[in-house]
Amino acid sequence: MKHLISVQDLSRTDTLHILDTARELDRVTNGGIKLLPTLRGRTVVNLFYEDSTRTRLSFERAAKRLSADVVTVSAKGSSLSKGESLKDTALTLNAMGADMIVVRHPSPGAAHRLAHAGWLDSRVLNAGDGKHEHPTQALADALTIRARLRPEAVDFDGLTIGIVGDVLHSRVARSNIFLLASLGANVVVIGPPTLLPVRIENWPCTVSYSLDAALPELDVIMMLRVQQERMNGTFFPSELEYSRSFGLNRSRAAALPTHAIVMHPGPMNRGVEITAEVADGTRSVITEQVANGLKVRMAIMYLLIGGDVSVA
Amino acid sequence: MSLNSYLIVGSRPYGEQVCDIRITNGLISEIGSGLEPGDHQVVKAHDLISLPSFVDLHTHLREPGREDAETIASGSRAATLGGFSAVFAMANTTPVADTAGVVEQVWRIGRETGLVDVFPIGAVSVGLHGEALAELGAMAASAAKVTVFSDDGNCVSDPLLMRRALEYVKTFDGVIAQHAQDPRLTQGAQMNEGELSGILGLTGWPAVAEEAIIARDVLLTSHVDSRLHVCHVSTSGSVAIIRWAKEMGIRVTAEVTPHHLLLTEDLVSSFDPVYKVNPPLRSRADTLALREALADGTLDIVATDHAPHPHESKDCEWDSAAFGMLGLETALGVVVAAMAETPGWSWRTLSERMSTVPAKIGRALNHGRPLAVGEPAHIVLVNPQKTREVVPSQLASLSGNTPYAGMTLPVSVTDVFFNGVHQVRGGELHE
Repeated sequence: MKHLISVQDLSRTDTLHILDTARELDRVTNGGIKLLPTLRGRTVVNLFYEDSTRTRLSFERAAKRLSADVVTVSAKGSSLSKGESLKDTALTLNAMGADMIVVRHPSPGAAHRLAHAGWLDSRVLNAGDGKHEHPTQALADALTIRARLRPEAVDFDGLTIGIVGDVLHSRVARSNIFLLASLGANVVVIGPPTLLPVRIENWPCTVSYSLDAALPELDVIMMLRVQQERMNGTFFPSELEYSRSFGLNRSRAAALPTHAIVMHPGPMNRGVEITAEVADGTRSVITEQVANGLKVRMAIMYLLIGGDVSVA
Repeated sequence: MSLNSYLIVGSRPYGEQVCDIRITNGLISEIGSGLEPGDHQVVKAHDLISLPSFVDLHTHLREPGREDAETIASGSRAATLGGFSAVFAMANTTPVADTAGVVEQVWRIGRETGLVDVFPIGAVSVGLHGEALAELGAMAASAAKVTVFSDDGNCVSDPLLMRRALEYVKTFDGVIAQHAQDPRLTQGAQMNEGELSGILGLTGWPAVAEEAIIARDVLLTSHVDSRLHVCHVSTSGSVAIIRWAKEMGIRVTAEVTPHHLLLTEDLVSSFDPVYKVNPPLRSRADTLALREALADGTLDIVATDHAPHPHESKDCEWDSAAFGMLGLETALGVVVAAMAETPGWSWRTLSERMSTVPAKIGRALNHGRPLAVGEPAHIVLVNPQKTREVVPSQLASLSGNTPYAGMTLPVSVTDVFFNGVHQVRGGELHE
């Protein structure tokens, strides 16, 4: 593996190896060694064309914990905001000797282009490309599900995972559907047809338009953020109608099996797709997702540019 | 030997019986077996196929305005090397070809270049804005004698404006060439809408956005009894609507591009914008329907939609890239590659679809004529055995955005006679 662009590039073995590595790195860092020397002397560039707090911070912390030199370039206050092309930015970063570029970009395929257009030699890690993919988020979610529901098992056979809401515009949903299905989970996508991609029935998932009907079957429910700008347009009549049909509130949470967990990739619209009560409730693993995000990002950086340096 | 007097020896017109073709003073003066050269230069053409030169009803020459991408001269070179004797230059230049002045400028530069006949297409609406009719009559009456009008690049989406345009061009036997794309259904569209667009997260361009406009336009055309030409048909549903309209006797013609005959949307998985084109590459099923429709005549012609773009417009991320691909120099090879296995296909059919019928639609009376005595000597010789690898840097176009780079095409254009001038010899242009 040279780059991580799409979860569809990962074999089941690759995925399990990343998850195992994340667990191992976690064990080592929790053992009192806060920093690992693994990436000492390596340069990781976080290239963020979109605003982001949690993902950018998570990548920065992951790189620093592995002792890499970290440079973050954000769209605001840099040449990116002056309209410099992706290619020219790539050539610049390459000339400066970046070992890895972590890129978030609004255009689907931007990470793929960086990796394969011949602009640079660095490893490329996709931190979200438009509506396409966000592979590290899906790996974090898989790690979370594994820790909670399948601590001993190898894969997710027998688990039913519901992904609810705006799949059409969600890179998190795309990466999760393909990754979780590849691990053996039964993925159910739930939302209004206006927010589901056409022909999604051909993806490795089933489709439901009724959240209430699906709830009793779900071991995991993953709520997607609904962008405000989608709410009052042609995708959905109103925020209120969305909440009534697809919002996760206390009574819906009560209809889940007792062992079920509630996930959200963040940032949340409290009161829209999820109520504060459920988001902060005992079933919620939302903060664990954040913590696991750090672990899988460390694992991927280690595997992509850590070379043959041993973990311990 | 007299200048521009030739005897083409041993070729097979339309891939049929071997015979010799004598060219004198720009015309075909004799056809027969064992003709004596006399004072005519002999062009040995054994094992070659002779065809009337091709006519492209849909070319973007970019001049005036984007001479960094293509000029009328460079586009003319690409055209003749591809075997064309006439190209229709689309109106979406800068300034837009929406006045007699601009179309006459394009026509004049084409004449001065002199490698192919350049027929300007006039804009339907002022500035391609789709609001008010451009001066169609003035363009028709100009030296350029415009008969084809199109807002290509944009759809004439306002049904009332489309109706008026169809009515208005009846005065001078014009035709409206529609870029069928409902703008609301294709906001921000990047590729064919289907399973793959969903997976790649690229905004979809649904087939219905093309089909709905074609359905509307054939009904409008029927209502006002005018003439409609549909640009770059790309879906099986569009084929069905056009087939129905023709059965109803509606005067509609339609074109398909070489790339929609050969390439499919799965290429977009590479995120390489060289595959970004409008309308987008479609599914395998669409491609097969287009081939069948071209063979049976439901789709009347092949048109290239040759769309040059400078390097930086494609060397970027997908969303930011320009739509369009080169087509003139590869058209024949791509059409043969796509159509060879389709039932009902022959060199005779190819000649109809790439020469005879496009000339008729565009009222280019001196082009698309049969290989017969007294006809203009616009002749292309094709080597059906000689393959050709596409190398972008070797193309005559100023741009390199060909989706066929590295591909081997099954046939080659070897020689081209334009008005009896032997200007392409052995695949090389002699100006």
